[in-house]
This record gives sequence, C-alpha cells and structure tokens, in this order.
Amino acid sequence: MNPRRVYLNLGVFAKGYLRSRVGLFFALVFPVILILLFGAIFSNSSTTSVDVYVQNLDHNSPLSLQFLEALNSTKVVHLHFVSPSVGNLSKWLAANDQSDGLVIPAGFAAGYFNKTPVNLTVITNPQDATTSGIVYGAVDGVANYFNLQRANGTVILNVQQLSPPTLGGQSFQYIDYLVPGLIGFSVLTSPMFSMVNISSEYKKEKLFRQLSLTPLTKSEWLSSTIIWYIILTLVSTVIMVAVGQGAFGAKVTLSPLMLPFLVLGPILFTSLGLLAGSISKDPETAAVIGNIITFPMMFLSGTFFPVSLFPPWLVTVAHVLPLFYVIDGLNAAMLYGNVGTALFDMAVVGILALILFIASVRVFQWREN
Amino acid sequence: MNLAEVIAIRKLIKDYGNLRAVDGIDLSIQKGEVYAFLGPNGAGKTTTVEILEGLRPRTSGEVEVLGLDPWKDNKKLIRQLGVIPQDFKFFDKITPKEAVAFYAGLFGKRADADAILKKVRLEDKASDRYETLSGGQKQKMGLALALVNEPAVLFLDEPTTGLDPQARRSIWEVIRSLRSEGRTVFLTTHYLEEAQLLADRVAIINHGKIVATGSPEDIIREHGRSEVLSLQAPPKLADYLRSKLDLPVRAEDHTVDVELNSNEDVLRVLTLVQQSGIPWTGVSTRQDTLEDVFIRLVGKTTESGDVGPASLGGAK
Repeated sequence: MNPRRVYLNLGVFAKGYLRSRVGLFFALVFPVILILLFGAIFSNSSTTSVDVYVQNLDHNSPLSLQFLEALNSTKVVHLHFVSPSVGNLSKWLAANDQSDGLVIPAGFAAGYFNKTPVNLTVITNPQDATTSGIVYGAVDGVANYFNLQRANGTVILNVQQLSPPTLGGQSFQYIDYLVPGLIGFSVLTSPMFSMVNISSEYKKEKLFRQLSLTPLTKSEWLSSTIIWYIILTLVSTVIMVAVGQGAFGAKVTLSPLMLPFLVLGPILFTSLGLLAGSISKDPETAAVIGNIITFPMMFLSGTFFPVSLFPPWLVTVAHVLPLFYVIDGLNAAMLYGNVGTALFDMAVVGILALILFIASVRVFQWREN
Repeated sequence: MNLAEVIAIRKLIKDYGNLRAVDGIDLSIQKGEVYAFLGPNGAGKTTTVEILEGLRPRTSGEVEVLGLDPWKDNKKLIRQLGVIPQDFKFFDKITPKEAVAFYAGLFGKRADADAILKKVRLEDKASDRYETLSGGQKQKMGLALALVNEPAVLFLDEPTTGLDPQARRSIWEVIRSLRSEGRTVFLTTHYLEEAQLLADRVAIINHGKIVATGSPEDIIREHGRSEVLSLQAPPKLADYLRSKLDLPVRAEDHTVDVELNSNEDVLRVLTLVQQSGIPWTGVSTRQDTLEDVFIRLVGKTTESGDVGPASLGGAK
C-alpha cells in the first residue's frame, strides 16, 4: 500500500464529499438537528426508569421498607417484589428474562442499628452498561445516604454488584443517552448510506474500472475512504458533544476510550456498505439492501432510547446488531467510565470490523474476474 | 514479438459461458501506428480492447502489449498505457485540472496540467466541475487523463461517439499529434469516415472473427466494388441499359447505377443513354468507401443491430 496514493485519493474523495452539500448535511448537520429536536422534546421528562426485582430477606423489616421507599423515590428505578421463597434471585431473573435485581439480606435492620457491615447485593447485566449504571448508582446513592444518617459516613450498608461495577453512580437524563446514541447514529449512517450508494454507482458508471487503469489499488481506495469517514465521524462527534453539553447540559465526557469506537465503527460500516453495494446488481437494489440493514439497526441499537427500556425479546435482537456494541461502548466510555464494558464492546466491534473489511475487499471487484 | 511490434495477439479466444465473444483472432500492431478496430454491436470489439487493457482475463490464446501480459502484469503495464474507456465518466465535483493533478500524482509524474489541458483544447474549462462539462468536453478530459503518464500506447474506445462535428475534429487533431509523437493508438470507433481519415491500418471484426485487415485503401481495393456511374433517371433507363450492356445495372429511387469494369465503359454507357432518348438530369461516378466495404462484409445483422451508413457498430 502506497500512503501517497491513499492521501491523493483521500483528497479527491474529500473534495467531492465537501462539494456535495447533501452528504455534508447528513454527516454533520442532520445529527445535530436530531439532538436539538429530541433534546427539546425530552428535556423536561423524568429520569429513565429501570425495572428492578427486589428480594427482601429481612422479613419486610421497617428499615428495609424505608430503604426501598427511598430507593423508589429516586424515580430512576421501578421496584417489583419477589418472594424469598423463590430462592436464588439471579436464577429467578434468568428464568424470567429479567436482568436487574436487589437482594436485601436477612439481618439488614439489625446490622444497620448495630453498626455492623451489611452487604446489599445488586444484580445487573454486565453487557448493558446503561442499566448497570442506573441500578448500581441508585442503590449505592441510597446506601450512602443511610450510612451518613446512621454512622456519619462510616460504611455499614455495603453495596455489592454481581456484575462488574460501574463508576457511574449517578442518575442520567434522556439527553445523556441521546448524545452517545446519535454519535453511534453518525458512525452508522454516513459510511453506510454513502458506501452503498458509491459502490453501486461507481460500478454502474464504471468509475472503479476507470480507477483500476491507474496505479491506485482497491485496498488503497478503500483505506482512503475509511480514513475520510473516520475524520468525518470525529468532527461530527465533537460537534454533537458540544451541542449536547451547551444546549442541554448533557453529562457526557470526551474520553480516550471513545476513540476506538470512532475508528473501528467507520471501518465496520464502510466495509458493510461496500459489501452491500458490491453484491447488488444496480443502485436501486443497493439502496433497498442498505435500508434493510440500516434502519432496524438505527432504531434497535439504543440510538434514540436506551436498550434497557426495550422488552426482553427486543433486547436480545439488539444484541445481534453491530451498532448496539458501538453505542453501548460509547455509553460506557462517555457516561459511566466503565472500562470493562467498553473493552468488551471494543473487542466485538473490532472483530466485526476485521471480518467485514476482509469480506468487502474480497467481494468488491476492481477488475472483472 | 519483434521490436516494433507493440501489440501482439495470437489465437485469442474469450468465452462468456456458452457464448464465444472472441473467436481465435490474430493481430499485430506496430509502434507509432494508428490502428482502427471496427465492428458492429456485439462483434467482440470492446471485449478485445478490455483484454488488451488488462480489464478482462482471456479464455485462451496469447496476448502481449509492450511485451507484457495485460492480465498478469497489469499494474506494470498500465503505467505505460493511456485509456479512454467507452463512455468516459469521472467524479462529478472534480475539475479537469484537479483530475489531471490527481492522475499525475497516482502515476508519480510531474505533469503540467495546464499544458495537457491546452493540448486537448480544454484549457478554458480547466476549473469547471466535471458535472458541468458538455459531452465533448468530458471526452477531452478523458483524453487529457489518458495523456498524463505520457503513454507509449493509447486505447481510445469510441472517443468521439455522440460528439458534435467540431468536437470530433478537435479530438482527431489530438490523435494526429499523438501519431506524430510516435505513440501507438488503438482506436475503436463508430465512424468509418473517422477510421478512414485517421488510421494507418484497420481490422474489421464480426462475430468474434477478423473479416478484413490492412490499410483502408487495401481493404477497399480487396473487398470493394468497381467504380459506379450514377444517373438521375427513371427506372426504364435501367431496363434499357440492361438490354444493351453486360454490366450490372441497378435502379432505386430515380437513380440508376451501373458498375464499371474499365474507363471505356463510361463512354459506352453515356452513348447508350444518349441513344435511349430517356430524359436524365445528372451524372456522377463514385468508388466504394470503407463504410461501403464494412456494410458488405458485416451486413445488416439482426443480432448486431442494423448497420446503417451514419452509425456503424458501437459495442455496449
């Protein structure tokens, strides 16, 4: 691969893109409009509420009920009660397609009044950073409040999480999820829609054939295209974070952990778009295939609403969509600082990007075989 | 392949499934020649050109361009080739000047974009985007790009199709200047007049086989008819002449054509016309053109599309 040719093609590709106002509008302006629109609609809404299943093994002691009432008043969780007779709560949650639970242990009230440590067990889904953050944050916050009341901050109520703990511990507003969601939207749509269109149009107009008559190779062409979408994604991200923070006070941070998603995401979706365009016979078919791939992913991956609000079967669907891991990873990086979840999502996105890059290079024809 | 031979084709075959598009053709093209490759739609013309350009693999046979195998040595070969594909297209938002600079960069050449655009007479549109150029200007841009790497061999696949006469003539001028620079030009064209004017040698391909090859004059001499005397006269003159002459006589649309074998035949025919007393209004003689020979050799084939005098061929 010759870096000079990659740079030259990047220049021509960027000029074409920047001079096409439609492309620029959808890449940079449209996501900002969505932030402003959804942000304005939902800015006064209450904090997102997550279903939490509570098993109170302290025989409904007044203190445990008081604790749960305090937890309920945070409005970030919606409590459901599970009988102690069902046994292990983790197993019960799994059997009932639920992910989040809280166990109040026996001796909760006695331990609290005697100032002896009590372990509260929070059960969350390790692959859903959003829910983990909300549930753990809410329980931890209430426990801290109780510790403060009883022992002037000495830890009596200790919250243990059965999934990797998040560092969040704060409640989030809709806009906080919307910003990473729409960054994911941008990571998906700009490369996908453009590449589906470009690969089918270039094929139809024989532009690939034209380029194949120069020393430029197809991997150089693809690399320069991917670099362009990475640049576009980075610019778009900075703008969206600035608008989210400036206009709605979004509690998102620009973290280095985001960077792999902003690089691997465009590689993944540029390759997927090229693959979809390459297997299509004409631009019309390519557009249909592109839409079939893009739209479900756009709405079911947590772009506009956290996946934790979906019914369980839809959560399962979301977990097979590549964009879910981009947005989940961005949430982990930008909201919760949850390194474990971010690394897991990064690995999934990286593996998918590698597979799709190889597949697209193989399927995409520069010359006729 | 001798030293002067830049393109050598031996028994070239290309099959698409059960369809044999190119059927064992042989060609030899010398350095500095303008070689016109003619044929009707679907004759195998574009397939042959694309095999020579390295865009398609061949089924069998031997092909060498500048001593290289176009398919296997493609990346080495394209550095020495200039190509205008049929119906040249480029990126809409890019200007001719930017395109020339881009190509020069890809080929690692220090090209003077202004000079190249001036050569193809596109300097006035150097900063206009491709999407705003006319058909002729787009073809000139394609020609400019084909010249960026100073190629030894140029493949011009129907470079003047759809252009107005002025634009066609300016492209002809460029082709003539390429020949004067010693470059080899492989030209496919719809226009037989173009081939006759520009080409040193011509090959006519039909149903995947070469049916005639040589200089335009040689092909006309070998495959053309005798000189024809045409008279503007009613068909009954044709009947009269047939009864008096042993020469072929045809009548069509108030025109009577007599094929001549010798100069003496002219006097014999005109004497008989005078004797007939049948009124006539005009007389002329003409010889077959390359176009007439092409029509005779290729015919009006249904699968290839009608071959008419204005437009011949054009593989898609």
